[in-house]
Amino acid sequence: MARFGMVIDTKKCVGCMDCVVACKTENDVPDGHCRDWISQRLQGEMPHLRLTITSERCNHCDSPPCVTCCPTGASHVQEFGKVVLVDHDKCIGCKACLAACPYGARFIHPDGYADKCTFCMHRVERGLAPACVDVCPTRCMHFGDLDDPESEVSRLIATRRHFVLKPDAGTRPRIFYLE
Amino acid sequence: MIELLTTRHNPLVDPTLHVWEWQIPVYLFLGGWVAGSMVLTGYLQRQARAPGQSSVSDRLPWIGLLLISLGMGALFLDLEHKLYVWRMYLTFQPLSPMSWGGWILLLVYPVLALGALATLADGALDRWPRLAAFARQLQSHAATRWLSLANIVVGIALGIYTGILLSSLGARPLWASAVLGPLFLVSGLSAGAAFAHVIAPGHAEQEQLLRFDNLFLMTELGLIALFLIGLLTVGAVHAQAAQLLLGGPFTAVFWVLVVGLGILLPLAIQSLMVAGRIPHTVIAPLLVLLGGLALRFVIVYAGQYSEWISP
Repeated sequence: MARFGMVIDTKKCVGCMDCVVACKTENDVPDGHCRDWISQRLQGEMPHLRLTITSERCNHCDSPPCVTCCPTGASHVQEFGKVVLVDHDKCIGCKACLAACPYGARFIHPDGYADKCTFCMHRVERGLAPACVDVCPTRCMHFGDLDDPESEVSRLIATRRHFVLKPDAGTRPRIFYLE
Repeated sequence: MIELLTTRHNPLVDPTLHVWEWQIPVYLFLGGWVAGSMVLTGYLQRQARAPGQSSVSDRLPWIGLLLISLGMGALFLDLEHKLYVWRMYLTFQPLSPMSWGGWILLLVYPVLALGALATLADGALDRWPRLAAFARQLQSHAATRWLSLANIVVGIALGIYTGILLSSLGARPLWASAVLGPLFLVSGLSAGAAFAHVIAPGHAEQEQLLRFDNLFLMTELGLIALFLIGLLTVGAVHAQAAQLLLGGPFTAVFWVLVVGLGILLPLAIQSLMVAGRIPHTVIAPLLVLLGGLALRFVIVYAGQYSEWISP
Protein backbone atom coordinates (compact mmCIF):
# COMPACT_ATOMS: atom_id res chain seq x y z
CA MET A 1 0.00 0.00 0.00
CA ALA A 2 1.33 3.41 -0.97
CA ARG A 3 2.52 6.02 1.52
CA PHE A 4 2.41 9.33 -0.26
CA GLY A 5 4.88 12.10 0.42
CA MET A 6 6.34 15.15 -1.19
CA VAL A 7 9.87 16.30 -1.94
CA ILE A 8 10.52 19.99 -2.61
CA ASP A 9 13.80 21.25 -3.99
CA THR A 10 14.61 24.51 -2.20
CA LYS A 11 17.39 25.15 -4.73
CA LYS A 12 14.74 25.46 -7.45
CA CYS A 13 11.87 27.11 -5.56
CA VAL A 14 11.65 30.85 -6.30
CA GLY A 15 8.65 31.54 -4.05
CA CYS A 16 6.37 32.57 -6.94
CA MET A 17 3.30 31.31 -5.00
CA ASP A 18 1.86 29.57 -8.03
CA CYS A 19 1.34 26.54 -5.77
CA VAL A 20 -0.70 28.68 -3.36
CA VAL A 21 -2.89 30.09 -6.12
CA ALA A 22 -3.33 26.68 -7.74
CA CYS A 23 -4.42 25.15 -4.44
CA LYS A 24 -6.91 27.91 -3.72
CA THR A 25 -8.38 27.55 -7.20
CA GLU A 26 -8.41 23.77 -7.33
CA ASN A 27 -9.87 23.29 -3.85
CA ASP A 28 -12.07 26.38 -3.70
CA VAL A 29 -10.29 27.52 -0.52
CA PRO A 30 -12.31 30.38 1.03
CA ASP A 31 -11.02 33.92 1.12
CA GLY A 32 -8.73 34.68 4.04
CA HIS A 33 -7.48 31.09 4.34
CA CYS A 34 -4.95 28.91 2.57
CA ARG A 35 -3.99 25.26 2.58
CA ASP A 36 -0.42 25.95 1.50
CA TRP A 37 1.86 28.94 1.84
CA ILE A 38 5.41 30.16 1.23
CA SER A 39 7.98 30.76 3.98
CA GLN A 40 11.33 32.44 3.62
CA ARG A 41 14.16 31.78 6.08
CA LEU A 42 17.07 34.19 6.07
CA GLN A 43 19.98 32.73 8.04
CA GLY A 44 23.50 33.87 8.89
CA GLU A 45 25.24 37.21 9.43
CA MET A 46 25.99 39.89 6.82
CA PRO A 47 27.49 39.39 4.33
CA HIS A 48 27.19 35.61 4.69
CA LEU A 49 23.45 35.19 4.36
CA ARG A 50 21.46 32.26 3.09
CA LEU A 51 17.85 32.51 1.95
CA THR A 52 15.75 29.35 1.91
CA ILE A 53 12.29 29.42 0.37
CA THR A 54 9.91 26.65 1.34
CA SER A 55 6.45 25.83 0.05
CA GLU A 56 4.64 24.53 3.15
CA ARG A 57 1.40 22.67 3.87
CA CYS A 58 0.10 19.81 6.00
CA ASN A 59 2.98 17.34 6.38
CA HIS A 60 0.69 14.29 6.44
CA CYS A 61 2.81 13.08 9.33
CA ASP A 62 3.47 9.42 10.03
CA SER A 63 2.71 10.22 13.68
CA PRO A 64 -0.06 12.82 13.34
CA PRO A 65 -1.03 14.49 16.65
CA CYS A 66 -4.12 15.97 14.96
CA VAL A 67 -5.49 12.45 14.45
CA THR A 68 -4.86 11.13 17.95
CA CYS A 69 -6.40 14.17 19.66
CA CYS A 70 -9.59 14.19 17.55
CA PRO A 71 -12.56 13.23 19.77
CA THR A 72 -14.83 12.10 16.93
CA GLY A 73 -12.46 10.36 14.53
CA ALA A 74 -13.09 13.09 11.94
CA SER A 75 -9.34 13.52 11.54
CA HIS A 76 -8.12 10.21 10.22
CA VAL A 77 -5.42 8.51 8.18
CA GLN A 78 -6.88 7.28 4.92
CA GLU A 79 -5.85 3.75 3.93
CA PHE A 80 -5.03 4.80 0.36
CA GLY A 81 -1.72 6.63 0.47
CA LYS A 82 -1.76 6.98 4.30
CA VAL A 83 -2.93 10.56 3.80
CA VAL A 84 -4.30 12.57 6.76
CA LEU A 85 -7.82 13.78 5.98
CA VAL A 86 -10.79 15.37 7.78
CA ASP A 87 -14.31 13.97 7.49
CA HIS A 88 -16.32 17.21 7.46
CA ASP A 89 -19.53 15.53 8.64
CA LYS A 90 -17.82 14.14 11.74
CA CYS A 91 -15.93 17.31 12.72
CA ILE A 92 -17.48 19.25 15.61
CA GLY A 93 -15.10 22.19 15.26
CA CYS A 94 -13.48 21.76 18.69
CA LYS A 95 -10.13 23.01 17.29
CA ALA A 96 -8.05 20.46 19.22
CA CYS A 97 -6.35 19.51 15.94
CA LEU A 98 -5.45 23.15 15.27
CA ALA A 99 -3.84 23.34 18.69
CA ALA A 100 -2.09 19.99 18.21
CA CYS A 101 -0.51 20.73 14.81
CA PRO A 102 2.99 22.22 15.21
CA TYR A 103 2.92 23.44 11.60
CA GLY A 104 -0.22 25.56 11.81
CA ALA A 105 -1.47 23.70 8.77
CA ARG A 106 -5.14 23.69 9.74
CA PHE A 107 -7.82 26.33 9.86
CA ILE A 108 -11.53 26.45 10.53
CA HIS A 109 -13.47 26.62 7.30
CA PRO A 110 -16.26 29.24 7.35
CA ASP A 111 -18.70 26.30 7.29
CA GLY A 112 -17.40 25.26 10.73
CA TYR A 113 -15.17 22.25 10.15
CA ALA A 114 -11.37 21.92 10.31
CA ASP A 115 -9.81 22.14 6.88
CA LYS A 116 -6.33 21.58 5.42
CA CYS A 117 -4.31 20.15 2.53
CA THR A 118 -5.55 16.78 1.24
CA PHE A 119 -2.61 16.18 -1.13
CA CYS A 120 -5.41 16.73 -3.73
CA MET A 121 -6.61 13.17 -3.26
CA HIS A 122 -9.45 13.79 -5.71
CA ARG A 123 -6.78 14.33 -8.39
CA VAL A 124 -4.37 11.63 -7.21
CA GLU A 125 -7.14 9.01 -7.33
CA ARG A 126 -7.54 9.90 -11.03
CA GLY A 127 -3.83 9.47 -11.65
CA LEU A 128 -3.00 13.19 -11.56
CA ALA A 129 -0.47 15.00 -9.39
CA PRO A 130 -1.62 17.46 -6.70
CA ALA A 131 -2.47 20.87 -8.18
CA CYS A 132 0.49 22.59 -6.51
CA VAL A 133 2.93 20.06 -7.99
CA ASP A 134 1.31 20.28 -11.41
CA VAL A 135 1.58 24.04 -11.80
CA CYS A 136 5.07 24.62 -10.37
CA PRO A 137 6.96 26.52 -13.09
CA THR A 138 10.40 25.45 -11.81
CA ARG A 139 9.37 21.80 -11.31
CA CYS A 140 10.74 21.95 -7.78
CA MET A 141 7.95 19.82 -6.30
CA HIS A 142 7.73 16.05 -6.54
CA PHE A 143 4.96 13.76 -5.32
CA GLY A 144 4.95 10.01 -4.97
CA ASP A 145 5.10 6.83 -2.90
CA LEU A 146 7.74 6.96 -0.19
CA ASP A 147 7.47 3.19 0.35
CA ASP A 148 8.46 2.49 -3.26
CA PRO A 149 12.28 2.63 -3.42
CA GLU A 150 12.10 3.19 -7.18
CA SER A 151 9.81 6.22 -6.96
CA GLU A 152 11.18 9.67 -7.79
CA VAL A 153 10.61 10.95 -4.25
CA SER A 154 12.42 7.98 -2.70
CA ARG A 155 15.38 8.37 -5.06
CA LEU A 156 15.64 12.10 -4.35
CA ILE A 157 15.61 11.54 -0.59
CA ALA A 158 18.21 8.77 -0.95
CA THR A 159 20.60 10.85 -3.03
CA ARG A 160 20.21 14.46 -1.87
CA ARG A 161 20.73 16.23 1.46
CA HIS A 162 17.35 17.13 2.87
CA PHE A 163 15.52 18.34 5.96
CA VAL A 164 12.00 18.26 7.39
CA LEU A 165 10.19 20.97 9.35
CA LYS A 166 10.28 20.86 13.16
CA PRO A 167 11.70 17.32 13.44
CA ASP A 168 11.89 17.69 17.25
CA ALA A 169 8.10 17.79 17.43
CA GLY A 170 8.21 14.03 16.84
CA THR A 171 5.51 13.97 14.18
CA ARG A 172 7.64 12.33 11.46
CA PRO A 173 6.54 14.65 8.65
CA ARG A 174 6.36 13.35 5.07
CA ILE A 175 7.33 16.53 3.25
CA PHE A 176 11.07 16.64 2.60
CA TYR A 177 13.01 19.71 1.53
CA LEU A 178 16.13 19.24 -0.58
CA GLU A 179 19.04 21.50 0.38
CA MET B 1 20.38 35.24 12.99
CA ILE B 2 17.25 33.68 11.58
CA GLU B 3 14.58 35.89 10.05
CA LEU B 4 11.44 34.03 9.16
CA LEU B 5 8.96 35.54 6.74
CA THR B 6 5.74 33.65 6.14
CA THR B 7 3.32 34.77 3.49
CA ARG B 8 0.43 32.54 4.49
CA HIS B 9 -2.58 34.24 5.94
CA ASN B 10 -4.70 31.93 8.03
CA PRO B 11 -6.17 34.56 10.36
CA LEU B 12 -6.58 32.17 13.28
CA VAL B 13 -3.08 30.76 13.02
CA ASP B 14 -0.73 33.65 12.32
CA PRO B 15 1.31 35.23 13.72
CA THR B 16 0.79 32.90 16.69
CA LEU B 17 -1.77 30.19 17.15
CA HIS B 18 -4.86 31.46 18.87
CA VAL B 19 -7.80 29.17 18.50
CA TRP B 20 -9.24 29.01 21.98
CA GLU B 21 -10.83 32.09 23.53
CA TRP B 22 -12.39 32.67 26.98
CA GLN B 23 -14.79 29.74 26.65
CA ILE B 24 -12.12 27.07 27.16
CA PRO B 25 -10.47 28.48 30.33
CA VAL B 26 -13.90 29.18 31.79
CA TYR B 27 -14.97 25.60 31.07
CA LEU B 28 -11.72 24.18 32.49
CA PHE B 29 -12.17 26.25 35.64
CA LEU B 30 -15.81 25.31 36.17
CA GLY B 31 -15.07 21.67 35.34
CA GLY B 32 -12.22 21.63 37.85
CA TRP B 33 -14.38 23.32 40.49
CA VAL B 34 -17.10 20.69 40.01
CA ALA B 35 -14.47 17.94 40.09
CA GLY B 36 -13.16 19.23 43.43
CA SER B 37 -16.68 19.59 44.80
CA MET B 38 -17.51 16.01 43.83
CA VAL B 39 -14.42 14.59 45.52
CA LEU B 40 -15.18 16.58 48.68
CA THR B 41 -18.83 15.55 48.54
CA GLY B 42 -17.78 11.91 48.33
CA TYR B 43 -15.38 12.31 51.25
CA LEU B 44 -17.86 14.15 53.47
CA GLN B 45 -20.63 11.64 52.67
CA ARG B 46 -18.42 8.87 54.04
CA GLN B 47 -17.95 10.66 57.34
CA ALA B 48 -20.11 9.72 60.31
CA ARG B 49 -23.01 12.13 60.80
CA ALA B 50 -25.51 12.47 63.64
CA PRO B 51 -29.17 11.91 62.61
CA GLY B 52 -30.64 15.14 61.23
CA GLN B 53 -27.25 16.86 61.10
CA SER B 54 -26.88 18.81 57.87
CA SER B 55 -23.71 18.87 55.80
CA VAL B 56 -22.42 20.93 52.91
CA SER B 57 -22.35 17.68 50.94
CA ASP B 58 -26.16 18.00 50.72
CA ARG B 59 -25.79 21.28 48.87
CA LEU B 60 -22.80 20.62 46.65
CA PRO B 61 -24.55 18.31 44.12
CA TRP B 62 -27.04 21.09 43.33
CA ILE B 63 -24.26 23.64 42.93
CA GLY B 64 -22.33 21.13 40.86
CA LEU B 65 -25.24 20.63 38.45
CA LEU B 66 -25.45 24.38 37.94
CA LEU B 67 -21.70 24.88 37.48
CA ILE B 68 -21.16 21.96 35.12
CA SER B 69 -24.10 23.14 33.01
CA LEU B 70 -22.55 26.61 32.78
CA GLY B 71 -19.22 25.00 31.85
CA MET B 72 -20.80 22.81 29.21
CA GLY B 73 -22.55 25.90 27.87
CA ALA B 74 -19.18 27.66 27.51
CA LEU B 75 -17.75 24.58 25.82
CA PHE B 76 -20.66 24.47 23.39
CA LEU B 77 -20.16 28.15 22.55
CA ASP B 78 -16.57 27.36 21.58
CA LEU B 79 -17.53 24.68 19.03
CA GLU B 80 -17.41 25.87 15.42
CA HIS B 81 -19.58 23.06 14.05
CA LYS B 82 -22.22 23.10 16.78
CA LEU B 83 -24.93 21.07 15.09
CA TYR B 84 -22.56 18.12 14.81
CA VAL B 85 -21.78 17.90 18.55
CA TRP B 86 -23.72 14.62 18.80
CA ARG B 87 -20.96 13.03 16.73
CA MET B 88 -18.91 13.01 19.93
CA TYR B 89 -21.18 10.33 21.34
CA LEU B 90 -21.21 8.00 18.36
CA THR B 91 -17.62 6.97 19.00
CA PHE B 92 -14.99 6.56 21.67
CA GLN B 93 -11.45 7.51 20.70
CA PRO B 94 -9.17 6.01 23.37
CA LEU B 95 -6.17 8.17 22.40
CA SER B 96 -8.13 11.43 22.55
CA PRO B 97 -8.45 13.03 26.02
CA MET B 98 -11.28 15.13 24.61
CA SER B 99 -13.20 11.97 23.80
CA TRP B 100 -12.55 10.69 27.33
CA GLY B 101 -13.77 14.05 28.64
CA GLY B 102 -16.97 13.90 26.65
CA TRP B 103 -17.82 10.53 28.13
CA ILE B 104 -16.70 11.52 31.65
CA LEU B 105 -19.04 14.53 31.46
CA LEU B 106 -21.81 12.11 30.58
CA LEU B 107 -21.09 10.29 33.88
CA VAL B 108 -20.89 13.50 35.90
CA TYR B 109 -24.52 14.43 35.32
CA PRO B 110 -26.17 11.22 36.66
CA VAL B 111 -23.83 11.08 39.67
CA LEU B 112 -24.62 14.71 40.55
CA ALA B 113 -28.34 14.24 39.82
CA LEU B 114 -28.56 11.14 42.04
CA GLY B 115 -26.67 12.99 44.77
CA ALA B 116 -29.07 15.92 44.49
CA LEU B 117 -32.11 13.64 44.51
CA ALA B 118 -30.85 11.91 47.65
CA THR B 119 -30.86 15.23 49.50
CA LEU B 120 -34.53 15.89 48.92
CA ALA B 121 -36.68 15.39 51.96
CA ASP B 122 -39.80 13.24 51.65
CA GLY B 123 -42.10 16.26 51.62
CA ALA B 124 -40.54 17.73 48.50
CA LEU B 125 -41.45 14.70 46.42
CA ASP B 126 -44.99 14.05 47.69
CA ARG B 127 -46.45 14.53 44.22
CA TRP B 128 -44.16 11.84 42.77
CA PRO B 129 -44.39 8.85 45.12
CA ARG B 130 -42.15 6.61 43.01
CA LEU B 131 -39.46 9.28 42.90
CA ALA B 132 -39.84 9.77 46.67
CA ALA B 133 -39.36 6.04 47.21
CA PHE B 134 -36.28 6.08 44.98
CA ALA B 135 -34.89 9.09 46.89
CA ARG B 136 -35.39 7.19 50.17
CA GLN B 137 -33.47 4.25 48.72
CA LEU B 138 -30.65 6.62 47.76
CA GLN B 139 -30.50 7.81 51.37
CA SER B 140 -29.77 4.28 52.60
CA HIS B 141 -26.34 3.58 54.04
CA ALA B 142 -25.29 1.28 51.19
CA ALA B 143 -26.48 3.64 48.44
CA THR B 144 -24.70 6.57 50.12
CA ARG B 145 -21.45 4.58 50.21
CA TRP B 146 -21.70 3.75 46.50
CA LEU B 147 -22.70 7.28 45.56
CA SER B 148 -19.83 8.76 47.53
CA LEU B 149 -17.39 6.41 45.82
CA ALA B 150 -18.84 7.39 42.42
CA ASN B 151 -18.40 11.06 43.33
CA ILE B 152 -14.75 10.56 44.24
CA VAL B 153 -13.86 8.45 41.19
CA VAL B 154 -15.72 10.57 38.62
CA GLY B 155 -14.53 13.80 40.29
CA ILE B 156 -10.86 12.75 40.10
CA ALA B 157 -11.30 11.66 36.47
CA LEU B 158 -12.95 14.98 35.58
CA GLY B 159 -10.29 17.05 37.34
CA ILE B 160 -7.31 15.22 35.86
CA TYR B 161 -8.73 15.10 32.34
CA THR B 162 -9.04 18.90 32.18
CA GLY B 163 -5.24 19.10 32.52
CA ILE B 164 -4.35 16.07 30.41
CA LEU B 165 -6.52 17.55 27.64
CA LEU B 166 -3.95 20.29 27.20
CA SER B 167 -0.81 18.25 27.88
CA SER B 168 -1.73 15.76 25.17
CA LEU B 169 -1.46 18.49 22.52
CA GLY B 170 2.30 18.14 22.12
CA ALA B 171 2.60 20.95 19.57
CA ARG B 172 2.43 23.51 22.38
CA PRO B 173 5.59 23.14 24.51
CA LEU B 174 4.13 24.92 27.56
CA TRP B 175 1.41 22.29 27.78
CA ALA B 176 3.80 19.37 27.32
CA SER B 177 3.78 18.44 31.00
CA ALA B 178 2.00 15.59 32.75
CA VAL B 179 1.94 17.80 35.88
CA LEU B 180 -0.95 19.77 34.36
CA GLY B 181 -3.36 16.93 35.18
CA PRO B 182 -2.70 16.83 38.94
CA LEU B 183 -2.24 20.62 39.01
CA PHE B 184 -5.70 21.25 37.58
CA LEU B 185 -7.17 18.57 39.86
CA VAL B 186 -5.65 20.12 43.00
CA SER B 187 -6.65 23.60 41.85
CA GLY B 188 -10.19 22.28 41.40
CA LEU B 189 -10.09 20.68 44.86
CA SER B 190 -8.94 24.00 46.28
CA ALA B 191 -11.75 25.90 44.54
CA GLY B 192 -14.25 23.27 45.70
CA ALA B 193 -13.05 23.43 49.32
CA ALA B 194 -12.96 27.24 49.34
CA PHE B 195 -16.50 27.54 48.05
CA ALA B 196 -17.81 24.70 50.25
CA HIS B 197 -16.32 26.50 53.27
CA VAL B 198 -18.45 29.54 52.44
CA ILE B 199 -21.73 27.63 52.19
CA ALA B 200 -21.04 24.98 54.88
CA PRO B 201 -23.79 24.97 57.53
CA GLY B 202 -21.66 23.96 60.53
CA HIS B 203 -18.61 25.56 62.12
CA ALA B 204 -16.76 22.25 62.49
CA GLU B 205 -17.18 21.48 58.80
CA GLN B 206 -16.04 24.99 57.91
CA GLU B 207 -12.86 24.47 59.93
CA GLN B 208 -12.25 21.11 58.30
CA LEU B 209 -12.72 22.54 54.80
CA LEU B 210 -10.36 25.43 55.57
CA ARG B 211 -7.66 22.97 56.66
CA PHE B 212 -8.24 20.97 53.50
CA ASP B 213 -8.01 24.07 51.36
CA ASN B 214 -4.75 25.13 52.96
CA LEU B 215 -3.36 21.69 52.21
CA PHE B 216 -4.57 21.92 48.60
CA LEU B 217 -3.08 25.40 48.16
CA MET B 218 0.32 24.25 49.45
CA THR B 219 0.17 21.22 47.15
CA GLU B 220 -0.73 23.50 44.25
CA LEU B 221 2.35 25.62 44.96
CA GLY B 222 4.50 22.50 44.89
CA LEU B 223 2.95 21.32 41.62
CA ILE B 224 3.48 24.73 40.01
CA ALA B 225 7.15 24.51 41.04
CA LEU B 226 7.39 20.99 39.55
CA PHE B 227 5.66 22.19 36.38
CA LEU B 228 8.22 24.97 35.89
CA ILE B 229 11.21 22.82 36.87
CA GLY B 230 10.07 20.14 34.42
CA LEU B 231 9.82 22.61 31.55
CA LEU B 232 13.14 24.25 32.38
CA THR B 233 15.07 20.99 32.49
CA VAL B 234 13.60 18.97 29.63
CA GLY B 235 15.00 20.93 26.67
CA ALA B 236 15.48 24.26 24.93
CA VAL B 237 12.02 24.46 23.37
CA HIS B 238 10.25 23.82 26.66
CA ALA B 239 12.60 26.10 28.59
CA GLN B 240 11.72 28.89 26.16
CA ALA B 241 8.03 28.15 26.74
CA ALA B 242 8.59 28.42 30.51
CA GLN B 243 10.11 31.85 29.94
CA LEU B 244 6.62 33.05 29.02
CA LEU B 245 5.91 32.82 32.77
CA LEU B 246 9.43 33.76 33.90
CA GLY B 247 10.01 37.15 32.36
CA GLY B 248 7.83 36.88 29.27
CA PRO B 249 4.45 38.48 28.57
CA PHE B 250 2.47 36.29 31.00
CA THR B 251 4.81 36.76 33.96
CA ALA B 252 2.92 39.50 35.79
CA VAL B 253 -0.52 37.94 35.54
CA PHE B 254 0.85 34.52 36.53
CA TRP B 255 2.82 35.58 39.57
CA VAL B 256 0.46 38.31 40.78
CA LEU B 257 -2.97 36.85 40.05
CA VAL B 258 -2.35 33.10 40.17
CA VAL B 259 0.42 32.71 42.75
CA GLY B 260 0.18 35.92 44.80
CA LEU B 261 -3.52 36.74 45.05
CA GLY B 262 -4.77 33.26 44.19
CA ILE B 263 -2.60 31.08 46.43
CA LEU B 264 -0.24 32.88 48.84
CA LEU B 265 -2.60 35.59 50.13
CA PRO B 266 -5.60 33.28 50.73
CA LEU B 267 -3.24 30.72 52.27
CA ALA B 268 -2.03 33.35 54.71
CA ILE B 269 -5.57 34.57 55.49
CA GLN B 270 -6.94 31.05 55.90
CA SER B 271 -4.01 30.05 58.13
CA LEU B 272 -4.92 32.94 60.42
CA MET B 273 -8.57 31.85 60.29
CA VAL B 274 -7.66 28.28 61.25
CA ALA B 275 -5.51 29.60 64.10
CA GLY B 276 -8.47 31.63 65.33
CA ARG B 277 -6.60 34.91 64.93
CA ILE B 278 -9.21 36.42 62.58
CA PRO B 279 -12.88 35.65 61.99
CA HIS B 280 -14.04 33.66 58.98
CA THR B 281 -14.28 35.76 55.83
CA VAL B 282 -15.37 35.16 52.27
CA ILE B 283 -12.44 37.18 50.92
CA ALA B 284 -9.96 34.32 51.01
CA PRO B 285 -12.28 31.81 49.25
CA LEU B 286 -13.12 34.43 46.62
CA LEU B 287 -9.40 34.95 46.01
CA VAL B 288 -8.93 31.20 45.67
CA LEU B 289 -11.68 31.07 43.02
CA LEU B 290 -10.17 34.07 41.23
CA GLY B 291 -6.75 32.40 41.28
CA GLY B 292 -8.17 29.16 39.88
CA LEU B 293 -9.82 31.03 37.02
CA ALA B 294 -6.64 33.03 36.35
CA LEU B 295 -4.57 29.82 36.32
CA ARG B 296 -6.72 28.38 33.51
CA PHE B 297 -6.61 31.62 31.53
CA VAL B 298 -2.82 31.94 31.84
CA ILE B 299 -2.11 28.31 30.95
CA VAL B 300 -4.52 28.25 27.99
CA TYR B 301 -3.42 31.60 26.54
CA ALA B 302 0.31 31.22 27.20
CA GLY B 303 0.21 27.67 25.86
CA GLN B 304 -1.17 28.87 22.57
CA TYR B 305 1.56 31.50 22.49
CA SER B 306 4.28 28.85 22.81
CA GLU B 307 5.56 26.98 19.77
CA TRP B 308 8.42 24.82 18.52
CA ILE B 309 11.29 27.14 17.75
CA SER B 310 13.18 24.87 15.35
CA PRO B 311 12.65 26.09 11.76
